[in-house]
Amino acid sequence: MRPETPHDETVPHSHPDPSVDPHAPLADGGRALRVGIGGPVGSGKTALVAALCRALGDELRLAVVTNDIYTTEDADFLKRNGVLAPERIRAVETGCCPHTAIRDDISANLDAIEDLEDALGPLDLMLVESGGDNLTATFSKGLIDYQIFVVDVAGGDKVPRKGGPGVTTADLLVINKTDLAPMVGADLSVMDRDARARRGTLPTIFLSIAEDRQAQPVADWIRHLVGHRRPGQVTVG
Amino acid sequence: MDTTALLLADGRFPSGGHAHSAGLEAAVAAGQVNGLPELETFLRGRLATAGRVAAAFAAATRRVAADEPEPAATVTLLDEELDARTASPALRRASRRQGRALLRAGRATWPAPLLNRVPAHPDGYHHPVALGLTAAAAGLSPADAALIGAYGVLTGPASAAVRLLGLDPYGTQALLARLAGACDAVARAAVADAALPPADLPAHTAPLADIHAENHATWEVRLFAS
Ligand SMILES: Nc1nc2c(ncn2[C@@H]2O[C@H](COP(=O)(O)OP(=O)(O)OP(=O)(O)O)[C@@H](O)[C@H]2O)c(=O)[nH]1
Ligand SMILES: [Mg+2]
Repeated sequence: MRPETPHDETVPHSHPDPSVDPHAPLADGGRALRVGIGGPVGSGKTALVAALCRALGDELRLAVVTNDIYTTEDADFLKRNGVLAPERIRAVETGCCPHTAIRDDISANLDAIEDLEDALGPLDLMLVESGGDNLTATFSKGLIDYQIFVVDVAGGDKVPRKGGPGVTTADLLVINKTDLAPMVGADLSVMDRDARARRGTLPTIFLSIAEDRQAQPVADWIRHLVGHRRPGQVTVG
Repeated sequence: MDTTALLLADGRFPSGGHAHSAGLEAAVAAGQVNGLPELETFLRGRLATAGRVAAAFAAATRRVAADEPEPAATVTLLDEELDARTASPALRRASRRQGRALLRAGRATWPAPLLNRVPAHPDGYHHPVALGLTAAAAGLSPADAALIGAYGVLTGPASAAVRLLGLDPYGTQALLARLAGACDAVARAAVADAALPPADLPAHTAPLADIHAENHATWEVRLFAS
């Protein structure tokens, strides 16, 4: 058992100056805002994508790329659940290495994004779900503009303390399945404290998608990004 | 062979190959490859068929793309000839998908104007054609293109085998080292072929690989895209 991280320990993070946006400016007009959704197996990435489709599907022109390890399971889930028209969903196969397809060799994902843009015309938001992987798997900046890392309380309240690039540097950390906390004996205040220590000023959202079927706080975070990008045009027809 | 050629030959060149096993996953499932001895047989078979064809088309495309002032029609013809040599629709798709990814990486790495002389293919060029185009953009020779093509035909499934079968990585490298001479020979033959009319380029096939590829494409659960 590691000793607890002391409160005053400062963990290096990616926002040395919180008032400065570290992201390269996005090309305006042209292409959709691309948001990557990563995190360990089963943490609720597909559930979050489905929730965001429910929340934003009528408001933004959106499409989804999924990266399954074995199958097209996640894409099929989204299609079955009718949260988004099937032609707005593409699956990428990742050959044993989900993190390779979102970080080291992003070509198949870029192809899928381009195919969606070609088929559907201009879009406002492109969600890219990574295959479930480990705590070190993050998205390449060549693929996405912002990334959300999804962990769940059932994985243990130690996860934020363990850190890793996903927990430490993601633009948004989502701690999902808070409804399960009493069942698994997870202490949310410990997770909150550790996430703050790891992430500095970067935001963390506690969520139960089982209870909040539209993941409202995450949808709002995305609305803000899209609006920020196209002032005065937050919603589209 | 220089640094540029090594960059393009490197498995870390981000051109989508990591998601493909080149038929190895299906051969493993069929019980035909369980360890290094069968992997050697598999790789020798691939080198003599797919390797021979890929190397020749890569070298020929490189020659046309860099040496002819109006290469578009011949590059298209080379792509069609390769299509005709690829009986399995699943293998055609896999080849075009990898060709598209390679050309994306190639364009970004070596943005040479000569790539604008060939039209974009809606589904992506076949991988060996894309390799020849990328080699041309990178300033490499037909011999480099042929060798990189043959080498990729070996190293792609070999690294898939390490992941799928948990093979000893040193044993796998030693096997590749033993195949180096055969790989060089295939590349040399391909360079000699490169000046032939597209219709006369090699047309070696492996029917069992075609059947495996078609089956593999219907699996519900698979690790590799092909
Ligand atoms: N109790 C509870 N279960 C949830 C919640 N969110 C998701 N789940 C369930 O957790 C399981 C996994 O959710 P997914 O959305 O498939 O997780 P994932 O991260 O996409 O999984 P992979 O893509 O396989 O890595 C499913 O059975 C969901 O119904 C939640 O907030 N509470
Ligand atoms: Mg999922």
